[in-house]
Amino acid sequence: MNDSLISYTLHLADTTLILSQKNSEWCGHGPILEQDIAITNISLDLLGQSRNFYQYAAALTGGDATEDSLAYLRKEREFKNLLLVEQPNGDWAQTILRQYLFSQFQYLLFDKLQTNKDEQIAAITTKALKETAYHVRWSSEWVIRLGDGTEESHTRMLKALDELWRYTGEMFMPAGYEKETGIDINSLKDPWLKKVKNIFDEATLILPEKVFMQEGGKKGNHTEHLGYILAELQYVQRTYPGAKW
Amino acid sequence: MSVQELEKIFQQRIDEETKIEPKDWMPDAYRKTNIRQISQHAHSEIVGMLPEGNWISRAPSLKRKAILIAKVQDEAGHGLYLYSAAETLGMSREEMINDLHSGKAKYSSIFNYPTLTWADMGAIGWLVDGAAIMNQVMLTRTSYGPYARAMVRICKEESFHQRQGFEALLVLSQGTKEQKEMCQDAINRWWWPSLMMFGPKDSESTNSDQSMKWKIKRKSNDELRQNFVDMIAEQVKVLGMTLPDPELKWNAKTKHYDFGEINWDEFWNVVKGNGPCNKQRLDARRKAWEEGEWVREAAAAYVDKRSKKLKIA
Repeated sequence: MNDSLISYTLHLADTTLILSQKNSEWCGHGPILEQDIAITNISLDLLGQSRNFYQYAAALTGGDATEDSLAYLRKEREFKNLLLVEQPNGDWAQTILRQYLFSQFQYLLFDKLQTNKDEQIAAITTKALKETAYHVRWSSEWVIRLGDGTEESHTRMLKALDELWRYTGEMFMPAGYEKETGIDINSLKDPWLKKVKNIFDEATLILPEKVFMQEGGKKGNHTEHLGYILAELQYVQRTYPGAKW
Repeated sequence: MSVQELEKIFQQRIDEETKIEPKDWMPDAYRKTNIRQISQHAHSEIVGMLPEGNWISRAPSLKRKAILIAKVQDEAGHGLYLYSAAETLGMSREEMINDLHSGKAKYSSIFNYPTLTWADMGAIGWLVDGAAIMNQVMLTRTSYGPYARAMVRICKEESFHQRQGFEALLVLSQGTKEQKEMCQDAINRWWWPSLMMFGPKDSESTNSDQSMKWKIKRKSNDELRQNFVDMIAEQVKVLGMTLPDPELKWNAKTKHYDFGEINWDEFWNVVKGNGPCNKQRLDARRKAWEEGEWVREAAAAYVDKRSKKLKIA
């Protein structure tokens, strides 16, 4: 049970860290100053969430494990994040859609987890839920604005959907460690689809159908993007082994 | 009332330390100088996000990453207050941004130097923010009200950044041999450019006299630079590091540190666009703006559609 809990906590930690890392690439490069601040803020929230999960995973692991050893010294095949969050930023449409599809899922998940029998997971997700509610609001507003904005923004949203939708199925396919923690992840699928459909209706976007879903992130089978993300993220720690920062 | 009379009343208000507010009469040159200075300051915050943003993805620990992201985000916030302060003088944010992109408006030259190692994040916080604070503390008392008030808020955050920068270097200075070398190297590279942040010598500075009279500025470039040298020369001892200036020494007579001559050729070259990263920084800002155009258009189109729907309903 403890191993499953560690794996599950790392899955939550890795997912939030990698999405934070991707979003932070926008910092200083956003399309509007206010939105540069907003996406950076979300990056910071997700980083905070990942630190809470890593610290808990480190405590469960024991020994020399720390938040940094878990984030900086594990390898590609050990990372358990969702494939969705490691996808490239692309344009603003792709970044927005990635954020919305994930945040909408994360909101439903954390809403369940806040009453989890594991007190730490419950505490971390209770705190994170308020942030996530804001991420859902912000990103869904942008999905609507871009979907129902100009012809160009609409076309870009369609392209983003085509890029990303195939990575959404994995959210609802439980990994072995997820089943053991007593979370019925599959039960979130219909509520998620319903919420997404509502937003898409307003955005004049249509839910894709019959898309073959990719999976593997939760088990450490990633897309080729993750290796590069980790190479950058972990570079300093790996170049100066054992140094304190 | 004649212009001369208005100018006289205006100067009296300045002399009595009454803040000038957006709707008050002001000489055209006062307005222009403030627009130039505040927008330049705003641009510096925005361009200044780039050299530090360069290390967000590679920050060496999660804590350092969080601190750095928050710091760069603060700079974006400062840019926002400052653009708003400048807008009160009648120039739109878009016009100011266009002037930055065309090269008409300047930003602080310090951001045209590259950030090569992690230690640069500490050195920027300590030296660059430290130099900026010298100027900004003075500006909390500047005569134009909106600018002075924006600076009060900005100063609080900046002094926090400076302490964070110093603390990051302190950790390096107590670390491994490689970390100590990295720390000294960053100080060596950022020291002289930081001194240049105070601008030309008083004897060469064209805008100074009138700005002092209008209390836009309250201390001269050389005074501020000397205050900075005096502060840093002491703080560097705590780090166990040195400043790259063989002429730096305490002068018991003047009660200040003497220091060597700045390389003014380098200073003017970077101002004119020939620094190591001038092109890269401006290109990055233009690219963000150009690639964001369809986003801004979509947002505007959406608002337009919404307001039409509301009218019909």
